Amino acid sequence: MVRVLRSGVIDVPLEDAWRVLRDFNSHDRWHPAIAASEIEDGLPPDTVGAVRAFSLADGGRLREQLLRLNDRDHELTYCLLEAPLPLFGYVATIRLRPVTDTGQTFWRWQSSFSAPRDQVAALTDLVGNGIYQAGMQGLERSLRRPASEAYADGAPQVQRASALAPVQAIPAAAEARMDPPAPASGRQALKAGAIVMERHGGPEVLEFRQIEVPAPGPGEVRIRQSFVGVNYIDVYCRTGYFDLLRPPGVPGMEAAGTVESVGAGVTHLSPGDRVAYACGPVGSYAACRTMDAELVMPIPPHIGEDVAAASLLKGVTAGFLLHDVHRVTAGDTLVIHAAAGGVGSLLVQWARSIGAHVIATVSTHDKAQIARRLGAHDVIIGRGEEFVEAVMEITRGKGADVIYDAIGKDSFDASIAALAIRGHLISFGQASGPIGARDIGALTSRSVTLSRPNYGHYTDTRALMTMQSQRLFAAVEAGYLQLATPTVYPLAEAARAHADLENSRTTGSMVLAV
Amino acid sequence: MTTVYVSAVIPAPAATVWGLVRDFNALPRWTPFVADSRIEQNQPSDRVGCIRNFVLKDGGRIREQLLGLSDYEMSCTYSILESPMAVENYIAKLSLTPVTDSNATFAEWQADFDCAAQMEPQLTHQIGVNVFKASFDALKLKMAQR
Repeated sequence: MVRVLRSGVIDVPLEDAWRVLRDFNSHDRWHPAIAASEIEDGLPPDTVGAVRAFSLADGGRLREQLLRLNDRDHELTYCLLEAPLPLFGYVATIRLRPVTDTGQTFWRWQSSFSAPRDQVAALTDLVGNGIYQAGMQGLERSLRRPASEAYADGAPQVQRASALAPVQAIPAAAEARMDPPAPASGRQALKAGAIVMERHGGPEVLEFRQIEVPAPGPGEVRIRQSFVGVNYIDVYCRTGYFDLLRPPGVPGMEAAGTVESVGAGVTHLSPGDRVAYACGPVGSYAACRTMDAELVMPIPPHIGEDVAAASLLKGVTAGFLLHDVHRVTAGDTLVIHAAAGGVGSLLVQWARSIGAHVIATVSTHDKAQIARRLGAHDVIIGRGEEFVEAVMEITRGKGADVIYDAIGKDSFDASIAALAIRGHLISFGQASGPIGARDIGALTSRSVTLSRPNYGHYTDTRALMTMQSQRLFAAVEAGYLQLATPTVYPLAEAARAHADLENSRTTGSMVLAV
Repeated sequence: MTTVYVSAVIPAPAATVWGLVRDFNALPRWTPFVADSRIEQNQPSDRVGCIRNFVLKDGGRIREQLLGLSDYEMSCTYSILESPMAVENYIAKLSLTPVTDSNATFAEWQADFDCAAQMEPQLTHQIGVNVFKASFDALKLKMAQR
């Protein structure tokens, strides 16, 4: 016996979802795999025992019978009578429950069946992803409220389960709403302005010109970008120090905008969604871009697209450094180097909200004031011997539990010296240069744990990136951290932005506006 | 019979959340309003039938008996034996369900009880918002800060 179970949350009120689902003949209006459906013998579609005969988009024909329909528990059970696939004894149940604190709907769709052993894996995937997951995403899309309303009602609802009104048969108006939006675009290539590099070199190699942006293929999304994030890694990409781009090509790894169209098989995004991404491959310095949809994330209305483009990479980095690389808890003593910098400033705010004691290090008095404003308990200027002494004094000789160090060469040894016994040094950058070889035997002096995390390893699947981005957006919404408004340059002036970045003529983050 | 139902999505795997809430004696570790809790008679906290005796931060004392615990369904059912609230025949069930598409947890908490009709709105709010929702909010925060 094979069991398949999928569950999730759709951003639709339970009553709306159930009104549609309880109509046993509605699936051809919301399930992407179903082409046409009809209830046999002219029975009403909420008759227990009714049989639906339907065809798939690929031409296969099936018959299913409604075995149970319950308006109180929002649950329905059906079985397969005929199918072109060996799903023997297939019985499935869909159950909806209200998420009372958000107004959304939790769904669970599960089934059991027998199948030839060599086909179990393929059928499990088909049923779980192709039928259940894709179906619920289709249902959500067909009913979804405009994105601006979707996050609005966070008000708690306490409802008496017994007071949930039984739902009436589907009204004609609701049926009309379920028609999927006509695909208005997404078939042809589009022209868009972009920054193209013909060779590696200085800022002058960043030239603005028109490029052709192809229609999205399977698994891809085409995004009309509004803001592009500028990061120091883009400089390494431009100079060829990192092997990210073989010219000619478009640099950049971070941007935000609106989904223009999606290719086949993309179910987590729809045209019109506001989105952002921070991932490879390069190509973000453009007004419009087609890319793999996997790591493209929806952004909530409370996050501006300029802020998302400037902060997704840094914010997600701060998130996994504090929650995954080390699980910081209240009472931990942290040192955060370069606390006024991009990731550092987010680390300070977020660590404070967790309840950690934050010791910040900065290079100047001005930056010390910034670090204090962000909430650092103690601020140390400089990272030499006096830094180690200051940490020991603040911690009464114990040392710091965790040290976040993106300085590298100039701070590594002092960081080790400032750690507590069994402390954790998290080295996540090397602004002052490569750290070089070290004798790991010396780490025994404090039983040091050393981490060298790679952004990609914490963000390279949709599940991971969804978790990371939602954690960031939730922390912003909760007021744990404020994402600074970036300095804006026109896309065509990317070369000037790079020159300013390399010469430290700016503070805070930078974006290119399309 | 009055029913209060509250649910929420907790941003952590169900096994993680269950690891915290299955302990019938763990209320002080995850709810915002329980100051101290003990299991009477020195029983293990997962022994069905055991009684937790806990003190609220506002000083009230509540005794509740574990009626059912399922590691398979990830649910816990209990009744109130004594409390400052004017409820009778109070039985509550806390249950968790995995959200497979985001590796999160759908948490539900339902209470059924009898009370005087004029007390119903106040008790419904007290239990639904101040107890169940407040606990879920605290759980969300705790899991988000993991």
